[in-house]
Amino acid sequence: MKTAEVIENWVSSGSRILDLGCGDGSILEALKLNKSVGGYGIEIDKENIQACLEKGLEVIEQNIDEGLSNFQDKSFDTVLVSQTIQVLKNPKQALDEITRIGHQSIIVIPNFGHWKSRLTVFLGGKMPVTETLPEKWYETPNIHLCTVADFENLCSELGIVIEEKKILNSEGKVSTISSGWSNLLSSAVIYRLSR
Amino acid sequence: MNNKDSVGIVEPSSASFKDPLLLECGKELKGFELVYETYGKLNNENSNAVLICHALSGNHHAAGYHKDSEKRAGWWDSLIGPNKAIDTNKYFVVSPNNLGGCHGTTGPISINPDTNKIFGPNFPVLTVRDWTNSQAMLADHLNIKAWHAVIGGSLGGMQALDWSIAYPERIKKAGVIAAAPKLSAQNIAFNEVARQAITSDPDYQEGNYLLENTSPKSGLRLARMVGHITYLSDESMKSKFGRELKEEKLGFGFDAEFQVESYLRHQGDVFSDTFDANTYLLMTKVLDYFDPADEFNGDLMKAFEPILAQILVLSFSSDWRFSPSRSKEITDALIGVKKKVSHIEIESSLGHDSFLFPEERYVEVLKAFLGSPS
Repeated sequence: MKTAEVIENWVSSGSRILDLGCGDGSILEALKLNKSVGGYGIEIDKENIQACLEKGLEVIEQNIDEGLSNFQDKSFDTVLVSQTIQVLKNPKQALDEITRIGHQSIIVIPNFGHWKSRLTVFLGGKMPVTETLPEKWYETPNIHLCTVADFENLCSELGIVIEEKKILNSEGKVSTISSGWSNLLSSAVIYRLSR
Repeated sequence: MNNKDSVGIVEPSSASFKDPLLLECGKELKGFELVYETYGKLNNENSNAVLICHALSGNHHAAGYHKDSEKRAGWWDSLIGPNKAIDTNKYFVVSPNNLGGCHGTTGPISINPDTNKIFGPNFPVLTVRDWTNSQAMLADHLNIKAWHAVIGGSLGGMQALDWSIAYPERIKKAGVIAAAPKLSAQNIAFNEVARQAITSDPDYQEGNYLLENTSPKSGLRLARMVGHITYLSDESMKSKFGRELKEEKLGFGFDAEFQVESYLRHQGDVFSDTFDANTYLLMTKVLDYFDPADEFNGDLMKAFEPILAQILVLSFSSDWRFSPSRSKEITDALIGVKKKVSHIEIESSLGHDSFLFPEERYVEVLKAFLGSPS
């Protein structure tokens, strides 16, 4: 199973989605097609916005770092945040907002605690460049990388409940490893959160 | 005339409506004429029609040329034409002159059938909804059940928004460009200065200048000059004129010495030669009155409840007349009632007038929106 399938399984048919950092709209388009969802993508990259428009998706040009106060409490069934939280200036505030707006939130994060990342930091003394973190330190948009353990601590601090969690291996597929090892062995994790 | 990428020579048409039109003010127009232009071809399903809504001082001549010798193309020629943002190879574009106008559509310079005299100042004060209703009659006349899109900038954007509220089943997409959900006090204030300039001109003759054989040109000129300032940005005026002088040194007098002064005077002159003062008063009132939330105690979301169309809200970074934050009010209310809306802010230094120029991203965004599955 891949990330997209996990997300589809967690989203109910006909529900309303807010996709924060929706990229070129691929996930939203698939959800619209397969699950008849409605909703919006939020994006700041102009090329991505154009791709969304061409797909006929609703896209709002908005910088998440400047707040999400224009979205009402619990106004979406799902707030989807795929590979976005680590590029935000204030992930804690964003997480607070995300869980305010959505009945549930689906968050995909790259795991900085993955063994490949750890090896490059501790053995090579360099910032990691791996499959899920392909950019060098000086050009990466990932300004707030965290480990699975860090993220889960933040959730508990904010009173956010982790309803479900799936672990992705380095091929981007859901792995069957026990969650106790997830901090070391997963390259990314998908969470279903509620509050 | 520049023929490249143009719809070429166009000829206005006129539709005559014999049925009375009940206006929002309670008065009735006993029949009326709408002048309009069309570009491109209506397809067999009558499903590719796009309605263009003009702004305050616009008219039906949105693209192409009336004759070979015409120097300037229609007011939105930069966006309407073969392969342009509003592609006339794909769409049948309909561009009417709004009711109350002064370019052939029934308005203050038309004959009042009750008195057999020119309406003049007695032409009823209209609303955007009156325009929408009259345009729906034009759609019937052209056998168009539903517009593929209704698009406009500024007051035209408000018109597109009103279409989506008033006739949800008859509009698939709405392009709401450089618009606001209603005018601010500052917006109304500028309109009031314009109206005062006209009505205080002795030649205005309480609106009966045509009967009295006078023309309130200086008032209309002033009205246009003040309006024009609000269409430009500080930045664009700076780069266009700076503090450049016409002559080499200061003249210590009150003639137009700075380039910006002669530019404004020229704009005012051209406009006052071709526009009717009563129409100008009327159009500014239509703008002031526009407020779809008014009948819902100011609740814009309630006003947007009936909308079915897919809406694109477009704003421009340097527009201070209807700034991006005003456009965002429209978007946020649409999001609040779960409507299909996209919101794009285009970087531009040209102020409110940006909507008239074919900035690359603006063109691409509009093209994608019109062409995408809804």
